[in-house]
Amino acid sequence: MMPLIAANSLAEYVLESILWDFPGNGSVAFTIAALVHVVLILTFFGVAPLVFIWLERKVAGRIQDRLGPTRVGGRFGWLQTLADGVKLIQKEDLCPADADRMLFRMSPYLVFVASFGAFIALPFGNGFVVQNLEVGLFFMLALMSLEVLGVVFAGYSSGSKWALFGGMREAAQVVSYEIPMAICALVPVIATGSLNLVEVGHFQAGGMGNWLIFQNPFTFVAFFVYFTVATASVKRAPFDLAEAESELVAGFHTEYSGIRWSYFFMAEYASMFAVSGIAVFLFLGGWYDGFGIIETLDRFVLDNGCGWLGQYTVNVIGLAIFIAKGTSLVFFQMWVRWTLPRLRIDQVMMTCLKYLLPISCTLFLGATVWPLFLHSMTAGQTDIIRAPMGDRAYSPRPAAVQPLHKSHSAPHPAPAAAIIREGSGKEA
Amino acid sequence: MDLSSYLLVGAVLFVAGVVCMATKRNGIGVLMGVELVLNGANINFVAFANYTRLGLDGQVISLFVIVLAAAEAAVALAIALSFYNNHLTIDVDQANQLQG
Amino acid sequence: MTGHQLLFWVFAAVTCGGAIAVVLTQNVVRMAFWLIVSLGASAGLFFLLNADFVGTAQLLVYVGGTLVLLVFGVMLTASGPFSKMQTRPGELFLAGVVAILLLGLLGSSVCSVEWDRVIAATNSGHQITNQQSLNHGFNRPEEGNTGHPLGMAFLGMRPDRDLVAGNKTLSTGYLLPFEIASVHLLVVLIGAAYLARAKRRVHPNEL
Repeated sequence: MMPLIAANSLAEYVLESILWDFPGNGSVAFTIAALVHVVLILTFFGVAPLVFIWLERKVAGRIQDRLGPTRVGGRFGWLQTLADGVKLIQKEDLCPADADRMLFRMSPYLVFVASFGAFIALPFGNGFVVQNLEVGLFFMLALMSLEVLGVVFAGYSSGSKWALFGGMREAAQVVSYEIPMAICALVPVIATGSLNLVEVGHFQAGGMGNWLIFQNPFTFVAFFVYFTVATASVKRAPFDLAEAESELVAGFHTEYSGIRWSYFFMAEYASMFAVSGIAVFLFLGGWYDGFGIIETLDRFVLDNGCGWLGQYTVNVIGLAIFIAKGTSLVFFQMWVRWTLPRLRIDQVMMTCLKYLLPISCTLFLGATVWPLFLHSMTAGQTDIIRAPMGDRAYSPRPAAVQPLHKSHSAPHPAPAAAIIREGSGKEA
Repeated sequence: MDLSSYLLVGAVLFVAGVVCMATKRNGIGVLMGVELVLNGANINFVAFANYTRLGLDGQVISLFVIVLAAAEAAVALAIALSFYNNHLTIDVDQANQLQG
Repeated sequence: MTGHQLLFWVFAAVTCGGAIAVVLTQNVVRMAFWLIVSLGASAGLFFLLNADFVGTAQLLVYVGGTLVLLVFGVMLTASGPFSKMQTRPGELFLAGVVAILLLGLLGSSVCSVEWDRVIAATNSGHQITNQQSLNHGFNRPEEGNTGHPLGMAFLGMRPDRDLVAGNKTLSTGYLLPFEIASVHLLVVLIGAAYLARAKRRVHPNEL
């Protein structure tokens, strides 16, 4: 068993150890692997908002000098969200008379699917990713940019002016904020030369100094710009103009009730985690703890031949570290929400187009020129204190990106995915 | 799947786009027809890139098509908005001032 | 039926169904919705065709960018909520006849070519072997891992062509078209902003 559990590798494993020569078992194996991943990600997608909404209420309570939920489920009210969910499912599914019924019913699903789809390419650890796309970061940004369509349709089809204003604001805001978000995400990508988030994670092994946020001055600034822009792009306060309660009743979801309303919120909290996860991978060291513990464990497992179980355990620890980092960024977004007042819509647009966009373009240019600058100043070095990027990649952890067939003694046939694609695509 | 199934999907998109361009009276509807046509062409390019020796060139061309379609949509939308500002409609049949 | 075939039929059905729904719908916002469905599903076809980067670009630029712009335009120009501009039944009938003829023409020309023989004739000596490339945990370039080769092609280098055994020539890349496209985008940005700038609105009684 290899450390990767991406769908392709899992399919390969299933094919070899469980299924035998059976006509078309390549696709059976791939289906099994896909189902496993769908269930895992759906579980995370369902549980994470549950926890985050509870956390949001506790944080809001503490910041406003109250207790927040305390009763449901014992001491800390930790079952409050579940109770809320049960209540929402029981509510009547209303549809206004003026609404465009088909679009009104479809748009929550559009938001949900876009947010859920982004998790296909988000790694939860060293190779713990559904589909290890080479363009993983690009894919995540693309799918999260689809969320705005659902919100706009929800606002337009509700047949209510509050909802329409909310939808229009959302469209203007998100389309503008996508640009600095993508540019800021590219700043660490310039340093690593890879869009694959697992690979970007490998570049940050070996201590906190190797985290990409400390790579150069530009990535350091880019992290804060990215985080601001990401907060705006998942329409969180102080940029939650689409649902500004004080002006627009509830913005784009004014007319929604029950389970459809809760889809919007599941998607919102899941996207908060998704943008935080991107930030963790691009700037904050991915699944590495920053003190060399994961690297030490890795080396120990390799040297003592603990096999796949050891590697798997290390990966689970890495997964816990990644989720902890992502959750703390989500917590930070909540902290900001309950601390800062909401901006006006013109201020939101001005912040993006007049300040954040030029800043991110400058950072992009600077990050491009920085290695050349260092190279000319220091007679050929591209990094002053640390090992150069190319040496840092993979070096503390040779097993991390070993070819999939390393664990087999005999020369390995094409992986299962290749078998499926070859068998059905090229020769069919 | 073989090449011709992908080409047939591209053909359906192309025809739908042409019909959309011809029948819609809403200016933005016409624009959507153009997007469908371009996308049908893109499917053909990528299909040829995968199945024949065209290789990467097909993907490069389809990327150019996507970029230029975005640019075209921006300009067309600006024209539609400008037309709407002057005529309070985007019915393309009303754009007949140059008929003399 | 293999997984690839199943996914192809799902995506192809959604793509074609969405495109036909765009033609048949009269409500322009619903047209935009069906266009999103159709273009999103065709991104799925791109992923099936081992073109991950193109599929993602389709989602980001087309669906997430261009179509949001279109929907925005629909909202700004709709005279009333859910505005309709009817196509006359005669026009629709004529368009249907033309569509069936055109589709028959394209379909018959696609089906009349023996693609297997054409591909076999042009692909001689170019067959990609699976053992050739090193597997780094994600898909190989032939399986959709095309980000780096595409980037190199846009910079004017073609390692995918030139680094083949026995190849003594250098292929050209796409640096110049890339630059032209970037300048073109800048021109479009300025031009669109100029065209759509705020002007005096005509009052209905002046028309």
